[in-house]
Amino acid sequence: MEVTRRQLGAGGMEEFRSRQLTARQMLQGDLEGPALDQHVEDSILTTTLDRAANWARANAMFPATFGLACCAIEMMSIVGARVDVARFGGEAFRASPRQADLLILSGRISIKMAPVVRRIYDQMIEPRWAIAMGACSSSMGVFNNYAIVPADKFMPVDVHVPGCPPRPEALMHGILRLRAMILAKPDLSWRTRYGGRGTEEFIESELAIDPVAGHAVGISGGGRMGTSA
Amino acid sequence: MPDATGLELIAQDLRAAHGDDAVLGTLFFRDKAAVDIAPARVRETLESLRERGFSFLASVHGLDYYPEEPRLGVQYELLDMYEVDRITVRLRVPLDAPTVPSVTPQWPTADHQEREVYDMFGVIFEGHPDLRRILMPEDYEGHPQRRDFPIGGEPVLFTHNEPRFPRYSQ
Repeated sequence: MEVTRRQLGAGGMEEFRSRQLTARQMLQGDLEGPALDQHVEDSILTTTLDRAANWARANAMFPATFGLACCAIEMMSIVGARVDVARFGGEAFRASPRQADLLILSGRISIKMAPVVRRIYDQMIEPRWAIAMGACSSSMGVFNNYAIVPADKFMPVDVHVPGCPPRPEALMHGILRLRAMILAKPDLSWRTRYGGRGTEEFIESELAIDPVAGHAVGISGGGRMGTSA
Repeated sequence: MPDATGLELIAQDLRAAHGDDAVLGTLFFRDKAAVDIAPARVRETLESLRERGFSFLASVHGLDYYPEEPRLGVQYELLDMYEVDRITVRLRVPLDAPTVPSVTPQWPTADHQEREVYDMFGVIFEGHPDLRRILMPEDYEGHPQRRDFPIGGEPVLFTHNEPRFPRYSQ
């Protein structure tokens, strides 16, 4: 394909003014024939719905307000002026996981905290992403002992940002990598991304209620959490 | 700090008050006074030291002297805030009967610290109002700060060992 560059119109403002007038004519229904075809061709951008949705998602990520340890201090500073995450629409940290679609695991996760983190991740709505920030949540860092678990052990993680703690620039780089990932890929649910399609999660429990009996009295089934995709 | 002589005087007073078997020995090391006591006498000893002015229980520590016996140890750091004077009360209990009277009824500050010593070392404080694990999950097995507890945690996936954990993240 040959790419050529041409000057738009005679002068910038005139071109803009003439397009404005054409648009007004079209809205009034006065534009017909080849002029209408030309106007439509000039002003319409074709894409797929998936790409448009991904574009919107990637440029308006809502991180959860969730700090675990010292990495959280670095995470807070990405909202500041120096590495301004607002440039990519990620400055609105939501106080509820229900409103967030990005979980930044900023710090070490102890085995007592892991169920809490997993629950917060489960409460977030699809599509959702997770960034493991720093050495501890990726590989337990200096705490390779009884107290800490890596994030991959109990939840899917999209991007690992190394560092102890990572500089805000490094986290920003991780967010941009995630953004590129969202833009590039068609949206798959996490079940597809992590090989879990056709599966479901439930807690093995003696309290499990018979699902059929449960529906009769309006209880949703047993110790089951999550739904099958 | 009590000097070496002062420490001996304190030990002598404790022996006079609670019997010869209450105090097992003394240690004066690097200007720090420590008195070794019998585990069963910890409440009376700490009460006597409080009357001497050591009224602030600064901290309670657990120790593991593996492979020596008696293996587990508990240390009480006492502080006299008028004289700016410190003394350490030490005791040792064997692994098969790791029971120590709790001092929480007299020193409420010991509550969480005794729970932590129980959690990490498995020392059982008799008379503690609520002896549960404090740091580890309640269904956790073992006492992780003991010297014979395995160090290693979870295997971690790096690029170099990726083939060894093929389904690591699933």
